[in-house]
Amino acid sequence: MKNLNSIFAAYMIGWGVFFVFFLSIVKRTNDLRAEVERLKKTILKDK
Amino acid sequence: MLRRIFFGAVAVGLVACAAYAAFYIAPEERTMGTIYRIFYFHAPTAWAGETTFFVCFVANLLYIWKRKPQYDWLGVTCAEVGLACITVVLITGPIWAKPVWGIWWTWDARLTSTFVLWILYICYLLLRTLVDEPERRALLSALFGVFAFIDVPIVFGAIRWWRTQHPAPVIMGGAGSGLDPVMKKVFFFSVLAMHVFAAFLIVERYLLEKTKYDVELMAREAEAR
Repeated sequence: MKNLNSIFAAYMIGWGVFFVFFLSIVKRTNDLRAEVERLKKTILKDK
Repeated sequence: MLRRIFFGAVAVGLVACAAYAAFYIAPEERTMGTIYRIFYFHAPTAWAGETTFFVCFVANLLYIWKRKPQYDWLGVTCAEVGLACITVVLITGPIWAKPVWGIWWTWDARLTSTFVLWILYICYLLLRTLVDEPERRALLSALFGVFAFIDVPIVFGAIRWWRTQHPAPVIMGGAGSGLDPVMKKVFFFSVLAMHVFAAFLIVERYLLEKTKYDVELMAREAEAR
């Protein structure tokens, strides 16, 4: 199995890129949810 | 939420099966040997990226026509997911090229047009950070997105119109091209798996964009009080 290291590197780096992208979506979603909660509290306090 | 987790599990399951098929079911290629198995990750990811850019293009046109924010959300979503796919293509390509061609990179028609595509969609996303007003941002990025899509058919045609370093197409390549029947089945299964995975990312990213819009509305309401 020649060049197995290259195949392994390609799959690992490739899936690593997708994983990091997915994590960035999860992080940004969580940050926005926290922001929604903060804004809800602000709006309710002003009512 | 449960439906999204199920969709994610199906997408990950399909790409895992595609990787298994690439290593254990697809036969060995005569001239390249084992390294050619990157093909089952590299090419389907490129196809998924280009399909995603096509959806982005349609969403951009629909935004210009109808001015509904949902089309803008879909446009930016597909631009990001497509960019992730093309990033993977630009990484896996040189890893495959080095043992086969003896070089990591060359400025041939296919490689250059793919690199330009990557730059264009980075510009699309950068443009969005430069405009604060939502409607103006959506319109400008939709117009730029329509322009950026022009490169997708060039990427597709590059290995058909010009004979340079990148191999000629084995799918839709005309007479003399083609794949072994087992290779073809594994390839199209990998294409399906990558498209389902891209669709999963699109759903997740779209929901993020929707939440961002809700936050903007709430922030405006909070400011008005």
